Amino acid sequence: MPNAYRRFITLPYLAWAGVFIVLPILLIVYYSLTVEADGHLLLSLENYKRAFDPVYLTIFRRSASLSLSCTAICLLLGYPIAYILASREYAHKSFLLFLFLIPMWMNFLLRTYSWISILERNGLINTALRAIGLPTADLLFNNAAVLLGMVYNFLPFMILPICSVLKKREQSLIEAAQDLGANSRQVFTKLIFPLSVPGVVSGITMVFMPATSTFIISDLLGGAQNMLIGNLIEQQFLRVNDWHFGSAVSVILMLVFLASFGIFSAIDKDEGVGLLY
Amino acid sequence: MEEPLIRLVNICKSFDKAQVLKNINLDVRKNEFVTLLGPSGCGKSTLLRIIAGFERPTGGELLFHGKSIVGVPPYRRRINMVFQRYALFPHMDVAENIAFGLRLRKEDAGTIERRVEEMLRLVNLRGFNRREVKSLSGGQQQRVAIARALVTAPELLLLDEPLGALDARLRKDMQAELKNLQRTTGVTFLYVTHDQGEAMTMSDRVAVIRGGALMQVGGAEEVFNAPLNAFVAGFVGESNILRGEWRGEGLVRFGGTEFPCRAGDFQIGEEVDVMVRPEDVRLVDAARGMLAGTVKAAMFKGPHYEMLIETSAQLWKAHSTQLIEVESMAGLEISPGAIHVMKREEAR
Repeated sequence: MPNAYRRFITLPYLAWAGVFIVLPILLIVYYSLTVEADGHLLLSLENYKRAFDPVYLTIFRRSASLSLSCTAICLLLGYPIAYILASREYAHKSFLLFLFLIPMWMNFLLRTYSWISILERNGLINTALRAIGLPTADLLFNNAAVLLGMVYNFLPFMILPICSVLKKREQSLIEAAQDLGANSRQVFTKLIFPLSVPGVVSGITMVFMPATSTFIISDLLGGAQNMLIGNLIEQQFLRVNDWHFGSAVSVILMLVFLASFGIFSAIDKDEGVGLLY
Repeated sequence: MEEPLIRLVNICKSFDKAQVLKNINLDVRKNEFVTLLGPSGCGKSTLLRIIAGFERPTGGELLFHGKSIVGVPPYRRRINMVFQRYALFPHMDVAENIAFGLRLRKEDAGTIERRVEEMLRLVNLRGFNRREVKSLSGGQQQRVAIARALVTAPELLLLDEPLGALDARLRKDMQAELKNLQRTTGVTFLYVTHDQGEAMTMSDRVAVIRGGALMQVGGAEEVFNAPLNAFVAGFVGESNILRGEWRGEGLVRFGGTEFPCRAGDFQIGEEVDVMVRPEDVRLVDAARGMLAGTVKAAMFKGPHYEMLIETSAQLWKAHSTQLIEVESMAGLEISPGAIHVMKREEAR
């Protein structure tokens, strides 16, 4: 009986998941595998073939290089910040962590727009440069600006999981390592870092995925000629109205994420990917 | 006399305003098993952490082979520690945990493998090499912790209530094993516990600590049979402690009666504390005893009954193999050798 009961109470969730998760995915897969001809839908791999056109491959490459760079920069910046925030002197001062979170409460668009006014031709930086008699620079509408926007927006997602893992470390483990002959560098490389890998892994996934699929950041800071995968999908669905090709690109992106999940869970067998998922 | 392995000279430690350790002086010789015994919060663990190097004493000197090690970081001391909650590294298996100290010393793979194997044999965990530490029982984890601390052949092993989290049966077994381990390895053990039975069973010498001060240091028998004051007497084993008065050579008065006792170094008329172990109180006919009282309670303890006998001045605890009816009268007899007279401590 309890088994039947348990099955019964999961029904609403199963229904919800079916309607809002499984069905949309199936629809997207269906769209990606069809083309429209004379008002009829025909099964075809045409959309996928098209995705490998050099024009789109360039977009994929730029997306991959930008999101990987963003992830790497976030890790290099975020780990030390998380380490400091989790250290004993700061662990009880949640105010500092708070400072890193406050920008996240502001609207995403607004946050990114503000960078325009900082970077644009007559923006904050160039005005300052001009005031002290230096030549101005084109700071907006290039890959660097997009990367800056990505790092700025996604850095907290790297800091938080690493910080929460580092905070849980036990002082006695560190003392045990010191006792057995580990100096501070060895305590870090042999104990603290290996124990924080689950946090690093979930930080990487939480930064890499939104960085790969973003379209607002590249739209606002990258300009029209610097398209990313996110922009491509947005364009196909909302402007060109080619849902079939847009779906195919989405499916490819999903497969890429799936593969990266697989790689990460292989690295981190114990904890499973995503402490925060 | 041989130079002690470690010598504590007037060690003091304060946290903020609170003084945790007061002028601790203690020598530990090579190959000794010394136990720091005291109630929780008496500062014994802090003392251990000072020796390990995790805390710095606020005053005093810590000599290792005659040289001060106060400023030496823990990783440069040839002193290892077994932690209360084991502190095994969760991301390593049993063999990796044990090998940790050797890897840091950049020993070659062959040596590491051989030493790990030796250690596993020593702590009876052969074949456990690749087991995850999380899958081990408390007793097994404790053995891994001990093996990990012994593998680098430290000169001094510090053990901070290592058996505290184990059940009573396992504790007994581990006590015997630890003692054995100490004999076979020849490593000096400095052991911390609040369990007087544990301290008695294993130690060559026991150091009783109270409120951050050393009360008495001596062999297990010495501390048990001749405690220096009422606190040590009460903490080490069960006892009847009475206020008494020294009446001259071999005579002490308590409970309204004068008793013959062993000679002692006291002034006539001096206020003293008198200790009698419950097993030394013989129960006889009410008419024949040195003291007479009413039996108030009798509890069966297995090997004996624990009786509470109320005399006019005091409630006595006595161990007896024979049950005497509650509320009946009994006589108490105490031989002179069983009466231990101690200096009266200042009222604390």
